[in-house]
Amino acid sequence: MNEIFGLSTLDLSRFQFATTSIFHYFFVAFTVGFSLIIAVLQTLAHRSGDPKLENLTRFFGHLFFINFAVGVVTGIVQEFQFGMNWQSFSNFVGNIFGVPLALEVLMAFFLESTFLGLWWFGKGRLPAWASLASIWIVAVGTTISAFWIIIANAWMQHPVGYTLKNGRAIMTDAWAVVTNPKGLEWFAHLWTGSLTVAAFFVLAVSAYHLRRRHNVSAFTISFKVALVAALVGSVGVTAAGHVQGQSAVRDQPMKYAAFSALWNTPEGSTMPESLVALPSNAERDNRFEISVPYLGSFLAFNNLHEKARGLNQLQAEYTARYGPGNYIPYVWPVYWAFRVMVGLGGVMLLVSLYYMWRWRMGRLDRPGRLYPLLLVMPLAPHLANFSGWIATEMGRQPWVVQGLLRTADAVSALSPLTVLLSLVAFWLVYLTLIGLDVFLLTRTARAGMHDPDVETPSVPAPVYLPEGAAP
Amino acid sequence: MTLDLPTVWFILTAAVFTIYFFLDGFDFGVGMLQPFLARNEAQRRALISTVGPFWAANEVWVILAASAIFAAFPLWYGALLSGLYPLFTLILLAMIGRGVAFEYRAEVDHVRWRTFWDVTAFITNVLPAFLWGVIMANLVRGLPLGVDAHLQGNPLVAFDVFSVLGGLATLSLFVLHGATFLLLRLDTGSVLYARARRAALSWGAVATVLVLSFVVMGFVRVNLFKTLGFAEWLFPAAAAVNLGLIWLALTLRRDGLAFTATALTIVFSTATIFVSLFPNVLPSTLNAQYTLTVQGSASEPYTLRLLSWVGVVFLPLIIAYQAWSYYVFRQRIRDQDEAIPGGAND
Ligand code: HDD
Ligand code: HEM
Ligand code: HEM
Repeated sequence: MNEIFGLSTLDLSRFQFATTSIFHYFFVAFTVGFSLIIAVLQTLAHRSGDPKLENLTRFFGHLFFINFAVGVVTGIVQEFQFGMNWQSFSNFVGNIFGVPLALEVLMAFFLESTFLGLWWFGKGRLPAWASLASIWIVAVGTTISAFWIIIANAWMQHPVGYTLKNGRAIMTDAWAVVTNPKGLEWFAHLWTGSLTVAAFFVLAVSAYHLRRRHNVSAFTISFKVALVAALVGSVGVTAAGHVQGQSAVRDQPMKYAAFSALWNTPEGSTMPESLVALPSNAERDNRFEISVPYLGSFLAFNNLHEKARGLNQLQAEYTARYGPGNYIPYVWPVYWAFRVMVGLGGVMLLVSLYYMWRWRMGRLDRPGRLYPLLLVMPLAPHLANFSGWIATEMGRQPWVVQGLLRTADAVSALSPLTVLLSLVAFWLVYLTLIGLDVFLLTRTARAGMHDPDVETPSVPAPVYLPEGAAP
Repeated sequence: MTLDLPTVWFILTAAVFTIYFFLDGFDFGVGMLQPFLARNEAQRRALISTVGPFWAANEVWVILAASAIFAAFPLWYGALLSGLYPLFTLILLAMIGRGVAFEYRAEVDHVRWRTFWDVTAFITNVLPAFLWGVIMANLVRGLPLGVDAHLQGNPLVAFDVFSVLGGLATLSLFVLHGATFLLLRLDTGSVLYARARRAALSWGAVATVLVLSFVVMGFVRVNLFKTLGFAEWLFPAAAAVNLGLIWLALTLRRDGLAFTATALTIVFSTATIFVSLFPNVLPSTLNAQYTLTVQGSASEPYTLRLLSWVGVVFLPLIIAYQAWSYYVFRQRIRDQDEAIPGGAND
């Protein structure tokens, strides 16, 4: 295959897919969690009839709206990319993979975009209950969308309910695809992870204003709501992650071994857990390693004696099963990405517990000494997400569909130049999007709430003619 | 023609594209007309507001089209999207720009900021309006597909006189459609309304010329509609009749009729494309044996049956709530300055 700057169509397509997906996820993880927090805030406002709370909802709603736009536009790229860059993949998996994608559109995307329009532009035109219902529908819609896309992705990691026919995978059992255990675990992990993304953002914004004594009573409420979300999210993401790790040992042992930089099946009667290591694919070993005895067995199997298989042993096994080839993923980034994710999960948990304690002490109206940390915390869940995806997706290489289709056989017959051009264009546009999103979010967040009676000047306010009015 | 599952899904795919062109068509049109109709900020805002709550949901129809093709015709999905790679890249970039321009324009109260987004919006509405026509022309003309439906040769084959003419035809049709949409959305006493009327009249003529020459060229040079029987010829004929009707409706000042006629022109033009495509989905210009057909590229019955059930349940629901959102925002719009007595108009 020909190359450009030493990069093949495959390399470029992989890089393009990985980065556009990560960009998309950067925005939408926020959307999934944030819509729920706003729905809760609006429910509180609705129940109490307090205009301050209504303002608070509108304020966070504006931030949500800013971010939603970029989530949507980057999503469209996702929908077309499979066919554009992964023609053989599309043909191979379409019978199965296309279905959850189509379900996502039918069950979620229409719902979200229609009702967000109603909620945002319908202010003052919809009765209060309809506005409240709209934001709840948006929140449910984002969750449905996350669910279906994860079911699709989980099928690639753990194919179920299929048989092979004429060189492609066809569906035999839809229920098995929908209840793919991998998918359900992942959904729990992703959804709680998304909750933390939004929660730490709302915490930071609220803390910023509490610090400046702006609308203290209102921002205390958003702080509390976000704090509950942060705690539920961090506990949930940790718990679900633990379950995922255990199922990876079973279903994707090669990936699990890469997570733990486990080159060889441990010889003793127990498996240690690596804490720090310098894995090297060239030497097929770690250059350096510190590990804790027993912990590996405990984390992976809930006991002190079971052992996972090592990368080298699995390589031999896979060669026997699938023919000659290199089945070991690139361990270094997988190993470290995994550790960064887990570490950040720990930090998030500690921060939420600390503020829970302050809440009990009745000191939530001020952000306290950890204030600078709170301001940077919104980055933590994003970084954890990024690392999680790197670990998951790189850890399953060389497969794009585990055990069935190799990434190298999935790619379209495009020239490297074509892909390079699109890659550069997408990158330029996406960097601009991130810049705009962050710029507008910080600007709007810092501006704070407006008076109940003053519309944000930037919101377009056309004049609708009264019903049936003659011009 | 028997109505088996693949055929049903072919018809559904055509229907989804039709709805998409009908709905997003007028957003494109409003976006392209905006710099010409609006002379000040209040007017620009009013124009954007005519589509503000709707455009995002309209766009989902094309996402549905893509995912329906993916699930129901995987081979077609991969061949079309990778075969027209540069075109789809451009469309995607434009759709990104368009969405962001719609949503971010009002976020910062500064003239340069708004001007930047206005320029972006104009370009990114022109591009897809043109490129969708190019894609439709390529669909009926076919691509140099070889073994495994892989494209042979230069990806720029997508551009020739025929497909560029197709692009101009959709572009003009969407401008016209946007103008007649505005006639329904704007205060009938406003300057904007008067300008939209003038735009509709002149673009009506342009669209008629371009759409008809596209059909004629398809017949003469690209050998397209020659296989069509009498019944199938009714589709392009109906499109032509509706083009005439638009002019009549505009002269009689029947706004509702004019919009219906542009909508039907879009419906019948899209139908013409898909009718002449059937029973293929993407012809190979190299060798007929590589042509992708409805039957040959479809998913298995199991998948298609599943999709059908989901479609039966959700499509009516979607159409219902989307229609409701149009109902909520049904009143005509007038710009702020005009609403204030003595406000500046130009
Ligand atoms: C807020 C983000 C976040 C946080 C704090 C964590 N994760 Fe995570 N993790 C993700 C976000 C994420 C993710 C981006 O959402 C991934 C990528 C794919 C997936 O399903 O979720 C993921 C994947 C992922 C996988 C890979 C599953 C597989 O490929 O089979 C495992 C084993 C874990 N996580 C485990 C954990 C553990 C034990 C955590 C302890 C704190 C943890 N994660 C925190
Ligand atoms: C339904 C959902 C998804 C599907 C079908 C999917 C599919 C794929 C495919 C086809 C590749 C190409 C193989 C390769 O590049 O090596 C890939 C790689 C990758 N994807 Fe996913 N992906 C999905 C979700 C995501 C998401 C949401 C992210 C991140 C936010 C992500 C991150 C990555 C990364 C980092 C790679 C690069 C792996 C590598 O190049 O070694 N994926 N995925
Ligand atoms: C790689 C696979 C993915 C594809 C093909 C995809 C597709 C899309 C598309 C087409 C949109 C725009 C919808 C619209 O116009 O309204 C979108 C937005 C969105 N996506 Fe993704 N997506 C992918 C990955 C993900 C992941 C992993 C998640 C979350 C867990 C996710 C959650 C969302 C959400 C919440 C939105 C919000 C905006 C909306 O739905 O309108 N997506 N996605």
